[in-house]
Amino acid sequence: MFKRILIANRGEIAVRVIRACREMGIESVAVYSDVDRRALHVRKADFCEHLGPAPASESYLNIPKIIEAARRSGAEAIHPGYGFLSENAKFARACRDAGIVFIGPSPESMEMMGSKTKARQHMRKANVPFVPGTDSGLKSAAEALTVAESIGYPVMLKAAAGGGGKGMRMVTNSKDLASALESAQSEAQRSFGDSEVYIEKYIESPRHVEMQIFGDTHGNVIYLAERECSVQRRHQKVLEEAPCSFVDPDMRRRMGEVAVQVGKAANYCNAGTVEFLVDADKNFYFLEMNTRLQVEHPVTEMVTGIDLVQLQFRIAAGEPLPLKQEDIILRGHAMELRVYAEDPDNNFFPSPGRITRLISPSGPGIRRDSGMYEGWVVPLDYDPLLAKLIAYGENREQVINRLRRALVEYFIGGIKTNLSLFRRILLHPDFQAGRVDTGFLDRLLKEPPLADERTARRTPIVALAAAIFAQQPPPGSQPARNQDGLHAATPRTAVPMQDGTKLSGWKAAARNEGVGR
Amino acid sequence: MKYEVLIEGNSHQVELERADKGYECKVDGEPIALNVAMTARDVLSIIHDGRHYEAKREYSLLGETHIIIGSERFAAVVRDPRSLRSRRAAAAGVEAGPAKIIAPMPGKIVRVIASEGDEVEAEQGLIVVEAMKMQNEIKSPKKGKVTRIAVKEGSAVNAGDLLAIVE
Repeated sequence: MFKRILIANRGEIAVRVIRACREMGIESVAVYSDVDRRALHVRKADFCEHLGPAPASESYLNIPKIIEAARRSGAEAIHPGYGFLSENAKFARACRDAGIVFIGPSPESMEMMGSKTKARQHMRKANVPFVPGTDSGLKSAAEALTVAESIGYPVMLKAAAGGGGKGMRMVTNSKDLASALESAQSEAQRSFGDSEVYIEKYIESPRHVEMQIFGDTHGNVIYLAERECSVQRRHQKVLEEAPCSFVDPDMRRRMGEVAVQVGKAANYCNAGTVEFLVDADKNFYFLEMNTRLQVEHPVTEMVTGIDLVQLQFRIAAGEPLPLKQEDIILRGHAMELRVYAEDPDNNFFPSPGRITRLISPSGPGIRRDSGMYEGWVVPLDYDPLLAKLIAYGENREQVINRLRRALVEYFIGGIKTNLSLFRRILLHPDFQAGRVDTGFLDRLLKEPPLADERTARRTPIVALAAAIFAQQPPPGSQPARNQDGLHAATPRTAVPMQDGTKLSGWKAAARNEGVGR
Repeated sequence: MKYEVLIEGNSHQVELERADKGYECKVDGEPIALNVAMTARDVLSIIHDGRHYEAKREYSLLGETHIIIGSERFAAVVRDPRSLRSRRAAAAGVEAGPAKIIAPMPGKIVRVIASEGDEVEAEQGLIVVEAMKMQNEIKSPKKGKVTRIAVKEGSAVNAGDLLAIVE
């Protein structure tokens, strides 16, 4: 096993990987940019290497700097986390050339899956069902029209190098197709430096279900469990769960076997995820493969009892998979909420800034994977994911109740977060019945917020609390307090001084404050 | 002490007097006895009629105070009786006059859509700010004329900085 691993990432995932290192007696090396000197992952690591200025291109995306940091720190392997360089084949190759183990698949597998059209070509060869359409870039508007006619409208135009909804257009009829193709191509060129766009059938309100797979360097590939990831906003996942209530054991086995087939076709090793679109008739279609550890990996860990990050280390060190397919048994239910620094009441604007107060939930079945702490300033330079709140329970209903309970305990002050959104999701009858698809969250956001029967009872208490708070000194000062912790609204009686003179209450309070600082 | 407290825009008359254990209060004339303890900065533990409430305070970027109970958030404005009249007058003036568009978060100006002198509709995009890998369109709060654009493309802004004025 490795003695020292460098984590080429930041935030909650860097903390997650550091924890796995510590549990296995492996030393961890954190990397950080100028604005992350005080970040949690730096505080948790055994060794730290500075990369450079805040922009990702000069820090977390800078391959030479990260390779150099690994050399300097004596790390034998690099865990890339998710995002940043995790799916960058050039980086995996640079690691290999530098004699450092990249904890992930080979650069060849990454390249095969990195282009959506190449992946579709391989899937066609391997007889894997995928969404009907082309498996190479469209050469002309005429070709697009012919294909669209044969598969039927509506259709989706998608960038081959795409992700995050960029270079994507939904087209409902033939007269919009040519202009949509042109704009998708130019957006793809701008976003990815590659204008290749392909066409596929648009599946109406599909579910987004993905299958976790694991391969080793000895040719074994297994599937672990599916995750339901349909609760999304602007193609960004917000809540995930395992297992998916729509998937029965037979469908799970069939999806799993297809996912393993995909993995074997890509000669895949280490953790990977095969994404599927599932229609209302339980047909599933290969969408793409993510060649990394996913943000939502904890829900799979909870229901399988397997530490995926530690398993990644073992596979990268050359060990064979310690489990066979029949050893994988799903138990219970798990759900993850992604806590983002964004304001749900104001168009989900990002909300960086100082976390002035953090009260974290705990108790039965609750796990938090977090990259924040009270007093930390959330930088504006990176992704707004702050933490993940994960719950585990016997069944889905218990998990929903546990999360609702944990949300009452959770408080993040000073910045806006999307915590309030989760209460609405968890209470929604469609969600509770498991009726979710990729349009669910948009529909929910259009509904008026639920009226809370407690609001009327709370209002006078809120008015009084506001007035009591108004009597308290501004944040930052620490004057003398009464036994109940409250600042006196009126100056206290004079305090006798040792020299016999009297000091006014206000002065005494001011002095106390000075001492307190 | 007497206060006027606006909760979500509705006015409440609050009288607050310290008593032996907590406060003797009145809200809109109704007497309410509270047992209150501050458990941390900006966190009050309140017992009323045997029921427990945890109230937290925080400030929005625009300086508004928010009180949070459970997962509910209330915008609160506390007015001292002495400044009541002048504040009211000022508030009325702001609504009728020019609307200041303030940066809701720190970030970089990536695009200025509107120009000074443009007639804009309510909800029309004026400026695009990028923060945390996302581009966010800042919209006009009302129909009117853009009298000032205070930022340039490429410049950095802090939360609360003036971006534009619509009259």
